[in-house]
Amino acid sequence: MSQSSDPLRPGDHVDGVAAPSQPPLGVRGWARFLWRQLTSMRTAIVLLLLLAVAAIPGSLVPQESSDPNGVIQVRADNPELIWLYDALSLHDVYSSPWFSAIYILLFTSLVGCVVPRLAHHWKAMRAQPPRTPARLSRLVGFQTVPGDASDLDRADRVLRRLGYRTARYGDSVSAERGYLRETGNLLFHLSMLGLLLVIGRGSGFGYDGQRLLVEGRGFANTLSSYDSFSSGQWFDEGSLEPFAVVLDDLQVEYETENRDAIGAPLDFTALVSVTEDGAERDAQIKVNEPLNVAGADLYLISNGYAPRISVRDASGQVVYDQYTPFLAQDDAMTSLGVIKLPDGLEEQLGLRGFFYPTAVPLDTGALASAYPDLANPVLSLQAFAGDLGLDRGVPRSVYALETDEMTQIAGGDSGTDALTLAPGQTIDIPGGLGTITFEDVRRYGVIEVHVDHTQTPVFWITVLLFASLLASLLVPRRRMWVKAAGDRLELAGLARGEDPTLERAVDDLARRLVDEGSAARGDDASAATDAVGATAGEARPAGPTDRPRE
Amino acid sequence: MPPAELDAWSLLLVYSAMAVYTLAFVAYAVDVARRSAATAVPEEARELVSAGAPGAPARPAASAPAPAARPGRGARIGFALIVIAWALHLGGAVMRGLAAGRVPWANMYEFALTGVAVIVGVFVLSRLWRDLNFLGVFISGLATVFLGLATVNFYVTPTPLPPALQSYWLVIHVFVATLATGFFALGSGLSVLQLIKERRSSGFLRALPSTVQLEDLAYRVGVIGFIFWTFTLIAGAIWAEHAWGRYWGWDTKEVWTFVIWVVYAGYIHARATRGWRGSRSAWLQLVGFAAIIFNYSVVNLFFKGLHAYSGL
Ligand code: HEM
Repeated sequence: MSQSSDPLRPGDHVDGVAAPSQPPLGVRGWARFLWRQLTSMRTAIVLLLLLAVAAIPGSLVPQESSDPNGVIQVRADNPELIWLYDALSLHDVYSSPWFSAIYILLFTSLVGCVVPRLAHHWKAMRAQPPRTPARLSRLVGFQTVPGDASDLDRADRVLRRLGYRTARYGDSVSAERGYLRETGNLLFHLSMLGLLLVIGRGSGFGYDGQRLLVEGRGFANTLSSYDSFSSGQWFDEGSLEPFAVVLDDLQVEYETENRDAIGAPLDFTALVSVTEDGAERDAQIKVNEPLNVAGADLYLISNGYAPRISVRDASGQVVYDQYTPFLAQDDAMTSLGVIKLPDGLEEQLGLRGFFYPTAVPLDTGALASAYPDLANPVLSLQAFAGDLGLDRGVPRSVYALETDEMTQIAGGDSGTDALTLAPGQTIDIPGGLGTITFEDVRRYGVIEVHVDHTQTPVFWITVLLFASLLASLLVPRRRMWVKAAGDRLELAGLARGEDPTLERAVDDLARRLVDEGSAARGDDASAATDAVGATAGEARPAGPTDRPRE
Repeated sequence: MPPAELDAWSLLLVYSAMAVYTLAFVAYAVDVARRSAATAVPEEARELVSAGAPGAPARPAASAPAPAARPGRGARIGFALIVIAWALHLGGAVMRGLAAGRVPWANMYEFALTGVAVIVGVFVLSRLWRDLNFLGVFISGLATVFLGLATVNFYVTPTPLPPALQSYWLVIHVFVATLATGFFALGSGLSVLQLIKERRSSGFLRALPSTVQLEDLAYRVGVIGFIFWTFTLIAGAIWAEHAWGRYWGWDTKEVWTFVIWVVYAGYIHARATRGWRGSRSAWLQLVGFAAIIFNYSVVNLFFKGLHAYSGL
């Protein structure tokens, strides 16, 4: 582009390419037309707003990635809408075709926008400041100070001291500063592109596994150790870091004094032993303090109680003896658990019931937990005899008991009380099947092992992103001219980008020129200062900036 | 002092602050009414005068309000009252922090308490930089209404922090978010005035800076808000990494933080785009602020997610 005749809009200012109003004929013409539309600022705004709107459904409908149980619930509640959820990928909004389409378009637009500006900025960085416009009086902060062409050297020096790059054109100095603004802007947009690429590629190598550990138990980092495991598409099983972890002790602290918050959790600390490279060490995991082992991060994501329950058959033979994890249902850690005994007894036996860490009787006679710690632990189980349905080939959750083919023999409407036990107690199973003993109870913690190779690069790109955003929004980019006109020096500035301090900057420059001039001549400085701005200001243009882009 | 007593003091201070905010609002409103009645110099004439003011070595920058916008007596009283109310309010927030033994921004009530203090604080301190007293009605009204709603609906006695919140990131992340909100609120106030003034320019509106000046101010304030919001987003991701094992998981609160960020990015672009300056970009700023309010109220109260520990 050549020098613009409009001094308010520097001719060398690339603001994307103006979209022609009519597409030229032919395939290439159309392609160019579409490309220009796509890379225009207007499209960028529309796509940004679309992206914002498109992100919202993911906060209204449960997402597979963040709330899988919610997904199951919604589908169970609205079976007639499942087809719609699936057709619109409403449970996977952020990887859905329509969401992806928007951000891919946005980033394509970004590339199309940034690349020409990169080239242009590269040239501008190496070029001289542009020629001085013919008429400075139309520019921002226009004013004159006493001086003539012999003062231009000094003006040049002052400007350079203020961080301007300068060039002499005849009897004028042209100066420009704030290249960092555009550099920052370009870096900012590029780092967003970088983030997208790093996350898209890098997360394919990571994995995420969860393992429930009762105190005293441990696991080695192998695929088969995990209760649940997910990994990126390029994950290789051989890359699992070799280490083992034992949960020695799970320490839990609850509020005991603040009456409004009795029982509120204050601290969870998992004390663990880690074996890595043949050496064992003690370590701890807290809620906000993951443990790093061999490049993997270990988190403590939940906890609960695992009562040790043993079952003996009618002859006193032990057929079951395990710490069985129960799932907490409320803040007072009322916990629900299921035990299935397909073998060993005369009939298949299913037990389902609650563990109350601090049991208190309700008016109805039922039990409830009043406090999450172990003040009065009680186990209350319903028993079912019959067919557990395990051999029908349908996968069953270990926390769900299918009772259709079973007869309830204790609790509920069975006519027999639920089997209620304190630690150490033993009770007969109705029907002479055997006995159940509540041996003791331990805590368990769920440890999540998380490997994400994108963390470090993402962190550094984000630092770059933020720094370049600061530069791009806060560094003023401006041009300044000092021109000798007879016995006066004319001064004016031009903003490139938002620059609310431009006028002040011109005033400041005027004052410096006057001060330095009078120091050089030994004049009375104050008299000269009064002259500053005396001729300031023809009617100013509405906005101090050159900008609106196409 | 035992925590319960400290909290009672805190409440007392907050109620007093609300009373004084109300007085400030009345003073500002009377001022506005009086100006509406008074006949003012036509704006164009005044602008020419101010722009051409000769012999002023340090003329105000282009976006400074015209001199005629200098506050009247009502507005000066309003400002004094707002400063007093703010001092009471700050005292209340500090007492609340002492009562709880931690920073006072860990549940809905405290978010509102501290958030409104920050909004008013940004307004009061902006006085050092620029006279924005014409926003007094907006700010004192907003403070009265928000504080009132929060104390009536969200008040809870102070309770200890759940482990997931026990992190210095709570201090940083949440505080910077409230700071951003403070700037966005100010920017929205300016945008609202800009939009009103674009439609009508009679009465007290004539005493306001021009729409272009309002828009420039709104933008500058909004940009600072945007910087803080970007930081909030990043700090939140780092915290999520520590607490939940992933830096981004599209949790509802994360979604809304992202939505707000993108809307404001759109706003910044709009300001730099021909045809989108002026009222369109002002509307975008308002959409962004509406999303912030929505995020604070509806999302906190009704949406399910990891952040649902506001202990309301
Ligand atoms: C991924 C989506 C995008 C986001 C989040 C985004 C964000 C931003 C932000 C925050 C700014 C202001 C800070 C700065 O000046 O660096 C900005 C400026 C800018 N963006 Fe984007 N942008 C995006 C995409 C685009 C696209 C697609 C284009 C081109 C069509 C574009 C062109 C520009 C331009 C020209 C500016 C400078 C505006 C000015 O000088 O004030 N951006 N962008």
